[in-house]
Formats: sequence, C-alpha cells, structure tokens
Amino acid sequence: MSGFHRFQGTQRYIASRDLQDAVNVALTLERPLLLKGEPGTGKTLLAEAIAEGLGMPLIRWHVKSTSKAQDGAYVYDTVQRLNDSRFGEGDVSDIRNYIRLGPLGRSFASEERVVLLIDEVDKADMEFPNDLLHELDAMRFTIMETNEEVIAKHRPMVVITSNAEKELPDAFLRRCVFHYIAFPEPEMMTQIVRVHHPHLDGTLIKQCLERFYWIREQSEIRKRPSTSELIDWIGALARGGIDLSSMKREIPYLGVLLKKETDTRAFQQIMQRGKKIFA
Amino acid sequence: MFIDFFYFLRSHGIKVSVTEWMTLMEALGRELSGTSLMRFYHLCRAICVKRESQYDLYDQCFASFFQDAEAPEALSEQLLDWLSSPIPPPDLSPEEREQLEALDLERLRELFEQRLKEQKERHDGGSRWIGTGGTSPFGQGGQNPAGIRVGGEGGGRSAIQVASKRLFRNLRHDVVLDTRSIGVALRQLRQLRRDGAQDELDLDETIDETAKNAGDIEIVFRAPRKNTVKLLLLMDVGGSMTPYTHLCERLFSAAHAANHFKAFRFYYFHNCPYERLYQDISLMKGEETKHLLEQLDREWYCMIVGDAAMSPYELTSAGGAIDFFHNNPEPGLVWLQRIAERFPRSAWLNPDPLPYWDTTYTNRLIREIFSMFPLTVEGLEEAIQHIKHRVV
Repeated sequence: MSGFHRFQGTQRYIASRDLQDAVNVALTLERPLLLKGEPGTGKTLLAEAIAEGLGMPLIRWHVKSTSKAQDGAYVYDTVQRLNDSRFGEGDVSDIRNYIRLGPLGRSFASEERVVLLIDEVDKADMEFPNDLLHELDAMRFTIMETNEEVIAKHRPMVVITSNAEKELPDAFLRRCVFHYIAFPEPEMMTQIVRVHHPHLDGTLIKQCLERFYWIREQSEIRKRPSTSELIDWIGALARGGIDLSSMKREIPYLGVLLKKETDTRAFQQIMQRGKKIFA
Repeated sequence: MFIDFFYFLRSHGIKVSVTEWMTLMEALGRELSGTSLMRFYHLCRAICVKRESQYDLYDQCFASFFQDAEAPEALSEQLLDWLSSPIPPPDLSPEEREQLEALDLERLRELFEQRLKEQKERHDGGSRWIGTGGTSPFGQGGQNPAGIRVGGEGGGRSAIQVASKRLFRNLRHDVVLDTRSIGVALRQLRQLRRDGAQDELDLDETIDETAKNAGDIEIVFRAPRKNTVKLLLLMDVGGSMTPYTHLCERLFSAAHAANHFKAFRFYYFHNCPYERLYQDISLMKGEETKHLLEQLDREWYCMIVGDAAMSPYELTSAGGAIDFFHNNPEPGLVWLQRIAERFPRSAWLNPDPLPYWDTTYTNRLIREIFSMFPLTVEGLEEAIQHIKHRVV
C-alpha cells in the first residue's frame, strides 16, 4: 500500500474508517475533498486534524456571501493605491506593493505542502465554485496587473466544507472526492466524548448519551443538538457536578443543547407528557 | 467486471461521469483499495457519488451488484396491488363519500401495520418506488415498510452487509426531508434587484469617478441587491389532506421562516378555493378571494398545495362545494382559472404520489390550469424552476 492510509485521525479527532479512506484518497489523488454533513459534525475540525496529523500548515478561507473566487487568489487594492497617490504616500510606481495574495494564492506560494480549508463554500454565490475550477485543476493563476504567474510549488490538500445550503455545480462535484459525515453512532460518540473529557466516569457518559440521543429522536424538536453541543453539555454537567439520579426527571443546562425557544417549549411539553405517563 | 458496475450505477440513476470513472481506475491502479471490498466500497463512493441523497441508491446498487441481491427497482406484486388507488368513484353523495374515505383509511392503516409485521419477519422489499411513498399515507411516521431491509448483522462487517444496511436511507432526495431542506429549496426562489436606499459603496464607479476627477477621491453609492420575490401560498386543509398535515406544516414553517422574500402571504381552503380564502386552519377568518386578487399584482408567485382529489362537482358546478351550507354561487374551476390568470407564475404542489394523479378526474382538470409537481424536495425544486423560468 504505497503511502496510502496515512491519515488516521488524531488524538483529539476520531475519524471513522470511511472518512479516513476518503481523506487518503483525496491526499493520494491530489483532488479536493468535499465534506458535507449536519452542522456540528466536525467538518471544519477535520481540516485542522489533517493538518495536525500530517504535520502540514493550515490555511483557512472562510467563505462569506460576498466572497468572490478571485479574492481567494489575490486582491489588488486599488483604493489604497489611489489614496497613496493622492497623498503621496508609499511607492505607487510598483504595483506589486498593492497586490495581496488571498488564501488560495498563499497556499500555492507556500514552500511546503499545506492544507487549504475552504470553509462553507455554499455560502457564496452560485457561481463561486465554478470560478474556482480552473485554479484548483491547474493549480496556477495569473496576476493580471503584473502578468506574473503564481504556480503551486506543492499541490495543497484542499478541504472544502458545505452545509448544503445550495446545490453545487456538477462540473465542480466531478473533480472532488466526496464524503458525507454521518451523525456518529453511540459507540463512536462515546469515543469522541472520551477524547474531550478523558476524566469522566463511564456511567455518566453512558447516561448523558442516552438522554442526548433520546432528545435527538423527538420529532417535535426542529434543530437537533449536534456533537459539539453534546460535548459542551457534558462539560457543563461535569463542572456543575450533577447527580445521576436527577437526569431521569429533568435535563440540566438544557440551554446548551437546545438553542431555539420553540424547541425548548416543545421539549417542556414532551417532559410534561412523560411525567403524566410515569405518575 | 468493473466496467459493468459503471453501467450498472449509471442505469440506476447514479450518473457517474467518465472522468470520475477514470479517477477511480487511477485510484485502483495505485492500490488504494487494497484487496478489501470494504475499502473498494468507500473508495468508489467517495469518487463516484457526490450527493448524500444518492448514498442510499449506491448502497442498494452495490449490494445488488456484488451479491445478486434484488435490484432496487423491483416491486413485489402485493405492494403494487396495495398501491393501486383507493380513491372513491366520483358520483357519490358527500355523506357516502365521507364514509367510504373513513373506511378506506382504516383499511389502509390495517394493511400498513400488517405489512410492517410481515416485513420484520421476511426482510424483503426495498424499492425506489416506495421511497416516493414517503409522501403516501403509508409513509407517514417515517416507517416506510418497503424501505426496511435488514442486512446481515454481527461478525465481520463486510461491504455488502454495510451496504445492505442502508444507513443513508433518510438522506434520499425523493423522500420528503425536513423543514431545513425545504427551506434550502425555497432559497432558490430569488430574484435580485437593486432596490431601496443607496447605502452600498460602489467601488468600480468610485474609481472611475475619482479618475475622471483627476485623482480627487469621489465616492459613489448604490442601492444593495435585494430579493424581490413575493410569494402567495394557498394550502388545502382537512379531509383527504389530513394524512399530509405534517408535511404541509413543514413546508409552511419553512416558507414562513424564509425571511428572504419581499412579501409572503398564506391562505387556507378546503378542497378547492372559492370566493373566500381563509387565514386559519379552522376556516373561520376569511378574506374575499376577489379582493385578494385585486390587491396582489401579477408579480406575485403563487404556490398551491393540495391533493386535487375531490368530487367533480366541487369544481364544475355552482353550489358544489364540499361544505353543504356553503352554496357557492360560482363553480370552483372558475376561481382556479382566475387565480391562474392573475398569477402567471404559479405552480400546484401535490402531496399524493404521482401514480395517484391520473386516477382522479379533478386532478386532470386542474392540471389543465396549473402545472403540477409532487410535494417532495425534488418536486419543489422543479416547481421553483418552472416558476422562475416562466416568461410572462
């Protein structure tokens, strides 16, 4: 297995087998890895874990609704140059002083292979992924203003996350390795929790998980709590020192798990019903 | 063998491109999968399947190709019978019809439960078709019996076992998903125009103007882009729509939560809109349809949700409304036509599964007036595309 199976998760990030495989396929084939999944399943964290696990620097590009593909490569600060020329500051004659590489540009220019995280790609305009195609394929772009070409010294490991707010174009999808992070099963979740709270008692974790999955199963709850919320919640419980017997009757620190008022209300109704049945 | 799998996937609706297949071959050439079928399963999925909604289909294809398990399209005879329409014949009195409907629902429920029991014992089923059935009465409660397939358990987890567990069943596209996915679909209903106060810096214009101004900075503002879509949602409630209450609620709450519309109005009706539309489900607080049509202009997008299944006279005759005391002066069809004329950008969403559609006369009548789409995420997307691309 020539150099395959290199990424195996890190101490702080537990990756399932299929996720490891997807990462390694992307690494070996030098294709972008596209990640989807429920919010809070650790899509962004994965990029950090890959960087950490493989000892590569991480460059982040947080995409916003106004982001343009071009900005990722470089930005030419015209206004600054205009301003400088007006007030006679800086070296206006050299256009290079006003060209700043974006995250994509920096990942190309880097002396070593880096992990480039393009976070929440679906936040941007529909055309954004298509505009990136050429750069990601050829791993080079030209700075129009100076006619210089930036060529990747090492093809970066590109990790792209999406919350599925918009469908991504087919041409873009064809070039990616795709992985959907499924919500972890209880066994896996136990491992994840242990990583974050290593000193916790096994029974406490088990009880917390039972309650947590039970809450997720309630169909009335719209925004189901995620892994990251579970970890925060268990952290709060551990610090607050909750005795296990009360867990059956109430859920302490509910605000950590449920963020919507409607959900909290729905949950109270569920609990009320439960009390009637058991009473 | 592998090239067969390529065509097998394609023929079952996973449109693997040649590029992707070549990538897979490259990966295999580098021995990325080793000799393990499990690794091949992951590898092939990562490269060839790009939508989680297709994971389930992939699982079925994989299981069936590598183990000669049943192909996803196969439908058992019994199930087909069962799906054939329980909709009553048209010329019955309302009382008779109500009785019949109630009976039918009972019977359906019995069949449903019976089926569910059988399923647990026999482990059969599994068909794309019933996936759509998520919107059928049988799908309510998310317990789609035909969707249940139990893979081998315990022991070493082979790829086929994992595939036949079908863990990703809930991600399928043709099954109605949750509020969020409807919300995502609704976000496509956008038409951006510059509108309102000029408070956004127009960089290009600023530079142009500054240059013309001999370098003295001249700042130019413009109005930000805003969505101009106005949406009118009309929903059928009660009667034959009762099984779909949850589904409609989800669509409603998604539309209501979507704050990107310039304006959003919703009204209820029972079976067919007449001279009044209602603001509450109990159909008490109403507004005159005529008044509404005058008030809202042609720019409004109109979506009607209903099963379009009723007695023909509810559409075609005056006084035919389902409510005996209603005694509508004009037939429902006239009102539907008025709505369609007023809002050229309109679509009808039907929660009934497609095969039901042709079984009701009224459905066919309504389809002459409105373009009809199934109320699934895919159907909703199609409807939105239809509305958006409609040249008016």
